[in-house]
Amino acid sequence: MKSLLASGHRGCAGCCDAMAAKFTLMGAGEDCIVVNPTGCLEVMTTPFPETAWEVPWIHSLFENAAAVGSGIEAALKALGRKGNTKVVVMGGDGATLDIGMRSISGVFERGHDITYVCIDNEAYMNTGVQRSGATPFNASTTTSPAGKVSFGNPRPKKNMPAIMVAHGSPYVATTSLGYPKDMINKVKKATEIEGPAYIHCHAPCTTGWGFDTSKTVEVAKMAVQTGLWPLYEVEEGKVTSVRKLGKAKKPVEEYLKMQRRFKHLFTMEGGAEEIAKIQAIADKNIEEFGL
Amino acid sequence: MPREMNLDKSKMVVVEGSYAVAHAVKACRPNVISAYPITPQTHIVEDLSQFMADGEIPNCEYINVESEFSALSALVGASAAGARCYSATTSQGLELMHEVLFNVSGMRLPVVMTIVNRAVSAPISIWNDHQDTISQRDTGWIQLYAENIQEVSDMTAQAYRISEDRDILMPSMTCMDGFILSHVYEPVVLLEQDLTDGFLPAYEPEHVLDPKNPLTFGAFADPNYYTEFRYLQEQAMQRALKKIEDVANEFYDIYGRYYGGLIDEYRTDDAEIIIMAMGSVVGTIKDVIDKLRDRNVKAGLLKIRSFRPFPAEAIKNVIRDAKVVVVLDKNITLGLNEGALFTETKSTLYNTDVRVPIIGYMLGHGGRDIRIETIERVIDEATEVMKTGIRIESQFTDLREELL
Repeated sequence: MKSLLASGHRGCAGCCDAMAAKFTLMGAGEDCIVVNPTGCLEVMTTPFPETAWEVPWIHSLFENAAAVGSGIEAALKALGRKGNTKVVVMGGDGATLDIGMRSISGVFERGHDITYVCIDNEAYMNTGVQRSGATPFNASTTTSPAGKVSFGNPRPKKNMPAIMVAHGSPYVATTSLGYPKDMINKVKKATEIEGPAYIHCHAPCTTGWGFDTSKTVEVAKMAVQTGLWPLYEVEEGKVTSVRKLGKAKKPVEEYLKMQRRFKHLFTMEGGAEEIAKIQAIADKNIEEFGL
Repeated sequence: MPREMNLDKSKMVVVEGSYAVAHAVKACRPNVISAYPITPQTHIVEDLSQFMADGEIPNCEYINVESEFSALSALVGASAAGARCYSATTSQGLELMHEVLFNVSGMRLPVVMTIVNRAVSAPISIWNDHQDTISQRDTGWIQLYAENIQEVSDMTAQAYRISEDRDILMPSMTCMDGFILSHVYEPVVLLEQDLTDGFLPAYEPEHVLDPKNPLTFGAFADPNYYTEFRYLQEQAMQRALKKIEDVANEFYDIYGRYYGGLIDEYRTDDAEIIIMAMGSVVGTIKDVIDKLRDRNVKAGLLKIRSFRPFPAEAIKNVIRDAKVVVVLDKNITLGLNEGALFTETKSTLYNTDVRVPIIGYMLGHGGRDIRIETIERVIDEATEVMKTGIRIESQFTDLREELL
């Protein structure tokens, strides 16, 4: 399959954004227009006068990518050019869950025919690993650092997929860079469904999370296998598929110990209790989705 | 140059200012309208919504967005995809768009918006002044100010012609005073569809988002490139100075209606006192000038239509032989104690041979009426300046001292 994201961009070795963008384009195909908010993906792929994008691409601002996408969709309709052209927005977790929340909510309420892919690497990586609304419980970031009296980020992740389901979206799915086929298939399905579809991709960041550049896929897989990141689809409000874990189920320690951002949990007094709290989050997912 | 207006009375109808603007927008055949309601802009978007509901705007999508921020953001995408785009807002809505304003201009997207001028909060006020648009003067938007409903209606078509010209490609705000123009009924000629189809051809941009020819819009520019983008924007603004005049002339040839290009003049030929102003207050000033001329006070009016680009040469040529210039501003640069038109007019004269005393008045804030007596008093004070020189360079007027 031809890659629509050219090599030679400025992404790190093992970059999750580059992988997510490639898989998204494999699912969406050539007949698409891509919108990016400000972030790593935008910066690393379009240093003027170069571009890595072999599909039409636009970046406007940080908090408005969904609205920009809705305008493109409206224009294609008005000009009689919609055809099968797909409008695909790819935004990071900050651009999606935090600063872009109003914009994405408006687009989904209005029912535009777009696909929104959130590339969730669980912090503001482009600006140096600051906490976002997607940062998991007890992760150490530069604005939620672990310290003598802190285990890191004090709050669990915002449940964005549930929020998008509540908007009445016809298709909401979670996916992971650990499972490229899963992601490509879900993007393809999302872009073929009429209306606003949402895909939330768990995307480990080698730089921000602190793991070797060769381990992006392994870390992503481990998040799924511990139950911390369940893979599922919700169609018209109903869960229609879940990736079962069966005997592959792993304790959360296996996932946490791979990453620098959780290292303090293994060295600080009281860390074991904190890990138990994270295990409880995984257990809740396992129960809720029947993993 | 003053010209004879050919207003065809048989074509005139009495409508609300907002309706005239909405009708003009319809006649410009927009492809995407995106707007969020805010007083006193609401009647424009309501009328456009009704046109949509009645199927009167072909090949158009209307997006009911969830904020002004998204209203303009949606138009970034729509314009880049090749659509003729429209929005309208005011005051808080315009301030919320601030970040997007720079973006639209920097990406050279020829979006047109009507701004129904209103004061900004705090204290919250829904009434008219020019603080909202003046505060956006550095965002790279062409800013045109209208004197009356006929002008702002016709200005809509002019703005698209100016903005979409490939030598310009800069967005435009057409500015109308909130309530004073937006909610008043006047006899006007609604923008003629047949003439407009000739005056304003379909928007055919050179670069669009299209899978058949993939292009990248909105790349980031490092220090090796950024400066040149800004320079080219300024070059386009400078070219717009001539384009605004050309388009006003062409509009006159086709429609028979003319309101000035960058500026307009009223009884300035032999004027010793020239008053400068923008927007609806211009009409009041003309009445006062007529009255004073009967008493042999040689007063004239310099109406500023284009605040961005700033018509420095045109202003200089009009005021060079005056004995005193009075600038009225419905805005203030806090910390400078001056209105923007006053400051910028002074600055354009500094390195020139034109040496005219200029005094500034800040008035009409938050919808306070500007009465004939106020203009008369200002002109009286200007007459004193001719004799004594400037005593107070810039000041608030019509202050209610008892409240202070």
